[in-house]
Amino acid sequence: MQNPVTPRTLYDKIWDDHVVKTLEDGTSLLYIDRHLLHEVTSPQAFESLRAAGRPVRRPDATMAVADHNVPTSDRSQPVEDPQSRLQIETLEANVKAFGVPYFPLRSRQQGIVHVVGPEQGVSLPGMTIVCGDSHTSTHGAFGSLAFGIGTSEVEHVLATQTLLQKRSKNMRVRVEGDVAPGVTAKDIMLSIIGRIGTAGGTGHVIEFAGSAIRKLDMAGRMTLCNMSIEAGARAGMVAPDETTFSYVRGRPFAPQGEAFEQAVAYWKTLATDEGAHFDEEVVLDAAEISPSVTWGTSPEDVLPITGTVPRPEDFADPAKAERIRRTLAYMGLEAGQKIAGTPVDVVFIGSCTNSRIEDLRAAAAVLKGRKVAEGVRAMVVPGSGLVRYAAEEEGLDRIFRDAGFEWREAGCSMCLGMNPDKLSAGQRSASTSNRNFEGRQGPDGRTHLCSPTMAAAAAVMGVLCDARDLLEPELAEGAA
Amino acid sequence: MEKFTRLTSVAAALPQENVDTDQIIPARFLKTIRRTGLGKHLFAGQRYDAEGNENPDFVLNKPAYRKAGILITLDNLGCGSSREHAPWALLDFGIRCVIAPSFADIFYNNCFKNGILPIRLPREQCLALMDDASHGENARLTVDLEKQEIHRPDGEVISFEMDPFRRQVLLEGLDDVAQTLKNHEQAIRAFEARPSRAWVPSTKQAGRPQSVIGGGGEQV
Repeated sequence: MQNPVTPRTLYDKIWDDHVVKTLEDGTSLLYIDRHLLHEVTSPQAFESLRAAGRPVRRPDATMAVADHNVPTSDRSQPVEDPQSRLQIETLEANVKAFGVPYFPLRSRQQGIVHVVGPEQGVSLPGMTIVCGDSHTSTHGAFGSLAFGIGTSEVEHVLATQTLLQKRSKNMRVRVEGDVAPGVTAKDIMLSIIGRIGTAGGTGHVIEFAGSAIRKLDMAGRMTLCNMSIEAGARAGMVAPDETTFSYVRGRPFAPQGEAFEQAVAYWKTLATDEGAHFDEEVVLDAAEISPSVTWGTSPEDVLPITGTVPRPEDFADPAKAERIRRTLAYMGLEAGQKIAGTPVDVVFIGSCTNSRIEDLRAAAAVLKGRKVAEGVRAMVVPGSGLVRYAAEEEGLDRIFRDAGFEWREAGCSMCLGMNPDKLSAGQRSASTSNRNFEGRQGPDGRTHLCSPTMAAAAAVMGVLCDARDLLEPELAEGAA
Repeated sequence: MEKFTRLTSVAAALPQENVDTDQIIPARFLKTIRRTGLGKHLFAGQRYDAEGNENPDFVLNKPAYRKAGILITLDNLGCGSSREHAPWALLDFGIRCVIAPSFADIFYNNCFKNGILPIRLPREQCLALMDDASHGENARLTVDLEKQEIHRPDGEVISFEMDPFRRQVLLEGLDDVAQTLKNHEQAIRAFEARPSRAWVPSTKQAGRPQSVIGGGGEQV
């Protein structure tokens, strides 16, 4: 137990408030407030539960939605792929049998679990939130402790509402100052990952702080926390503040009325205390961050859009040089070439990283009155049915459609290439998703990660390019 | 879960950093509701060409390594997705022990839950074991979890660190869920009854209908 006068971090406080019991070796049994389920990582957990004759301990702390494997084309038709259909039907049978709340595929609330949870007010500050998906870190944007787990742990939470966990170390990433016009939360996060590397956060929970983070809206904070896992961190967090409370207020599953005010009073106590200890601290100057794009097959392979692709011979370490060589070959790029001007075949705007209404607005600001370049396939996959609906109310769908984008139904889609939305071999994408691993978006596909603003610009120009050149000065100011 | 005590096996070396879970098992093979049968898709992107033919240069396709029980890589093994299909695919192929200088957190956890022993060793030792592995069948390694030792073919012994709790779980092949329910049910109930928990709402019924989508902040 911590001495109450010891200054604590946001992470320490949420951790302490959820420890059921600490075992002799320092492992803690941690209580879980929210368990989110989807169709891909839950069937085996339910199967084991059933085999052991165990119930779901707290269906009232659980929420399910199908997202990874759902078609994003016409929803009025049955799911064509028999395996995908079986996974969705299995989830539907399981939630029914175990009494778990579920947003059906054809409901407007359906969408990517990490978009739906916050949107519905299911994910709240001060909570422990888990899901069988590494991008559960997204929900940390609310000042919750949220992390991905494997299927065995999904089963453990279903049966016990707890997890056996070792406390992580504390890391703080401060981004101070103002970003330049046209620079978004995605660019901030790509720059952070470029700086600390994909294993930079291993064993740590990252708290994002500093004036540039405070100024981000919830969508931006979610983008940031979402990719904490790409920096290797267990979780990412932002302390809850008025921006958080105003987002949460009035959400369907959030506390209402007096209960909300009481919750806010508690949430306000969670911010890191003055003088709390961080094992690692990294500081970035927001003004130095440029619109960014990845060039390689690891999210740490980040360049400003004005940058050039590395040369293997610039690395003394032969293993590193060999990795660069291999990556260049996979990506079909020349050592030392400018990244801007690289032709793209596909533009994907979507994923749990960047598919919220703010992201669609940012992309639409670039696309308004413009057309997708010839030969480029461009698609928007909104994060939820509600995002899609809101965008249609605002007329954003017209901007996308008029420009030549496909306007699709909500789901994970091309982020991971599980459903029919995939790159074919050798195709190159500008993608607002989170991973550029080999084959991630389809076998031998080539992925360049970037912001919605940058992806929209790539769609118009047909090449990776600096979105700032396409933004009117007043629009650049407002780009989220 | 199968126990892990001692393993003598051929080791396969994959001298790459950041071997991610999309490489270990691409997402297109996650459309299953079972844990088994994924071994044939292990490292599918590197192991097979576009027509599904084996790539003869990939280590697991070489005759000496088709029955490898140990996999050795460089830093940050298992980064990326939380998919437990990655250890399921390794296990189904026959790999019971993975060795690397460092691991991604979720993958590391997932290994223990499936009777796979993940061992962290300094890079130099991983490179030395990769050198042993290059001799295929002529250079089997023995991994002894009880003693926390790896025995090299030349008789040299490398010790490794292991969390005592996790070591015990593997040695005994314990079922986590049954253990938690047996040992901690009272404590969980007591926690749930705390007055400080009263603010946490239920997911069973919405308190109000949806009225807003985005927001929270000025830049909307």
